[in-house]
Amino acid sequence: MTVLQPVRKTPHFADTQIEMAHGAGGIASRRLVEGLIGSYLSNPILQTFADAATISVNGSNVATTADGFVVKPLRFPGGSIGELAVNGTLNDLAVSAAKPIALMATLILEAGLPTSTLESEVEAMAIAARKAGVCIVGGDTKVVEHGKADGMYVSTFGIGLVDGRVRIDAASIQPGDRILLSGPIGAHGITILLARGELDLQADLVSDTRPVWPFVSALMDRCASGVRWMRDPTRGGVATSLNELVRGTAYGVALYEDCVPMHDAVRGACELLGLDPLHIANEGQFLAVVAAEHADAALAAVRGVAGGEEAILIGEVRAEPKQRVIGINGYGGTRVIDMLVGDPLPRIC
Amino acid sequence: MKYVDEFRDAGIISGVAREIARTAKPSRLYRIMEVCGGHTHSIYRHGLRDVLPANIELVHGPGCPVCVLPTGRVDDGLAIAARENVILTCFGDMMRVPGTKGTPLELKARGADIRMVYSPLDALRIAASNPEKHVCFFAIGFETTAPSTALTILRAQELGVNNFSVFCNHVTIVPAMRAILDSPDMRIDGFVGPGHVSSITGCRPYEFIARDYGKPVVVSGFEPLDILESILLILRQLDAGEARVENQYKRIVPWEGNPPALMALARVFELRPYFEWRGLGFISQSALSIKPDFAGFDAEKLFNVPGVRVTDPRGAQCGEVLKGVLKPPQCKLFGTECNPEHPVGALMVSSEGACAAYYRYAMHASAVEA
Amino acid sequence: MCLAIPGQIVEIAEKEPLARVNVGGVTRNVNVGLLDDGAVAPGDWILIHVGFALSKIDEGQAHDQLRMLRAMGEDGLAIEEVRGYRFAEPSQ
Repeated sequence: MTVLQPVRKTPHFADTQIEMAHGAGGIASRRLVEGLIGSYLSNPILQTFADAATISVNGSNVATTADGFVVKPLRFPGGSIGELAVNGTLNDLAVSAAKPIALMATLILEAGLPTSTLESEVEAMAIAARKAGVCIVGGDTKVVEHGKADGMYVSTFGIGLVDGRVRIDAASIQPGDRILLSGPIGAHGITILLARGELDLQADLVSDTRPVWPFVSALMDRCASGVRWMRDPTRGGVATSLNELVRGTAYGVALYEDCVPMHDAVRGACELLGLDPLHIANEGQFLAVVAAEHADAALAAVRGVAGGEEAILIGEVRAEPKQRVIGINGYGGTRVIDMLVGDPLPRIC
Repeated sequence: MKYVDEFRDAGIISGVAREIARTAKPSRLYRIMEVCGGHTHSIYRHGLRDVLPANIELVHGPGCPVCVLPTGRVDDGLAIAARENVILTCFGDMMRVPGTKGTPLELKARGADIRMVYSPLDALRIAASNPEKHVCFFAIGFETTAPSTALTILRAQELGVNNFSVFCNHVTIVPAMRAILDSPDMRIDGFVGPGHVSSITGCRPYEFIARDYGKPVVVSGFEPLDILESILLILRQLDAGEARVENQYKRIVPWEGNPPALMALARVFELRPYFEWRGLGFISQSALSIKPDFAGFDAEKLFNVPGVRVTDPRGAQCGEVLKGVLKPPQCKLFGTECNPEHPVGALMVSSEGACAAYYRYAMHASAVEA
Repeated sequence: MCLAIPGQIVEIAEKEPLARVNVGGVTRNVNVGLLDDGAVAPGDWILIHVGFALSKIDEGQAHDQLRMLRAMGEDGLAIEEVRGYRFAEPSQ
């Protein structure tokens, strides 16, 4: 067989227009961010392309993150754009091992948006922030013409203090390290897909939107020295997050496919629509790479927090194949688990 | 999930794999074509190559509707989308297939009203709720999908939805299999036959392959156990020197097919004298068009589509790959100019296209061997 | 080609050839107009493709097939065990 060299060119952005795929969190998003944005704004902190940027201020490490929320519909089973904006921002801080200090939020509102809708979203933001013990200390409000936004968009900024006990660095992973997943995957992405109503599918399914800080905090309390890397697998799903992990390292990841938990309805929808659950977005899960000797303790720590009972070890870091994520099933069949290409589109073939 | 999980049972799969290993003679090479892209997808998705002996070579067949659709037809469909007041609807599979001026997704980004649907009936529903627009459904697929389009057209007629049409690209699998069998460089020993097509057509249409070409055909399901059992049945026929049509997928496929679906096909469609297939060229009586009785629903007649024939991209060797003459990485563009994110040929677009599937597998292989 | 998935009929509409079908907890209306009239009832399993039922799944055939394949695996193991014992025996 012809041996192919892995295609790993420096990202370069030659696309002539922006497509939906550039916002889907997969390969196209990466090319846009690294190839176009990164090439102009390049600096050592940006070049890490982490969930949050860590800046040293008078000897303290401060994590900062910015996020944008454009979900349609605004309300969906299990959550809404306001709650999502707060939890999503907090989660980017959490997986950078940062305890949140404060949030800011900018609201882009479409003329014609019912005040009651706005009010319930602001209330949702307030409740989510209060639950997490953090304040929204500022922001901005802009209004655009009717038809120029899907009701409302939310843009956020978050700041947190990095826990000094852990060092989150993809480069520190070692063969044998275990991959910990906090719970069932795909609930958010499938809930949104169904809530749009275009596919005429119904399921008893709610988004998993929630703050992951309680789990991260428990993990760090129990075995801080064993935690090497964390990520919340949002757009692009678990597959994309793990590919992002390994591409900066000399190692690969083996995923035990039969171990990956998901709700029946997520699986049913994915089978019906020909989607890979590993590419579906999550809003309340996190992935951690932990040293093998700490794996059991790490799992016990996450499972000990309410809502973390279904946490599980789904794979391990391996020396080979380098920079690849491989799925292994119950009879030893393997496949490459790639990053998401474009948007996850339902297929009939 | 019933009828899914049992057919992915690791223990039974291992047992059937051992039986295959015992049956395959080490002294010979078995070249087996899985006709359907769905089989190709399943083989890669479930890592079935890992449980098969090395002397069983799987050749990926032409049964992927988006892969065999020529660029000219994509352009024709997109020309309809570019018209005023038209909503073009299509399956998600079509959204990334490149035409000369871009993919449906790219045209949508530039403002064309192109919407993805799960069912042709969803397209009809969009037409009913947008009476001021014309809604065209870009129909693709083999005999599995064509009856759904036929029923949708009948339903549109019954409901009097007059702002709805179908751009018909339905094709039939048997002429394509015959074209491959007649290809001078054909070296295939047996076929894993189309399972879902056969739920409509039954198994009889393949009898000529066994009788005239002496090749076994096993009509097969799509789960890992189905595909492995079908491979085993082909090996047994080959070793016994037999060539028969067998039905592995009895839980779904009646030998005689689905009479109401065949009747719906006969009511709405007729065979085109010839149709162009990407890579395979023009094949006679290999596609369906809408009968004159339903001309009001036929987008080709309503819109007078350009019908320009576009040559395949320079250097792309989709045809050789489709026929199983070349393996995907032997194509000059494979993995460089043509990759899953920027496909040049359609075999790289669909996740069941031979090239997209091979791309992933080959990357894996290189990484392991490196 | 042709992604099709098994689903179980929950209920059947009275006037139209439509069935409410459950696929692993997800439900959808599926057109059963490609099947013979009265061919399916609630509780039956059908194969779904692009919102249409292509065929009614034959439970007996599925059962027979699985039993045969399971036995093949077990026979295989038994054969290998026998062979294994033979090779393991010291030659005398």
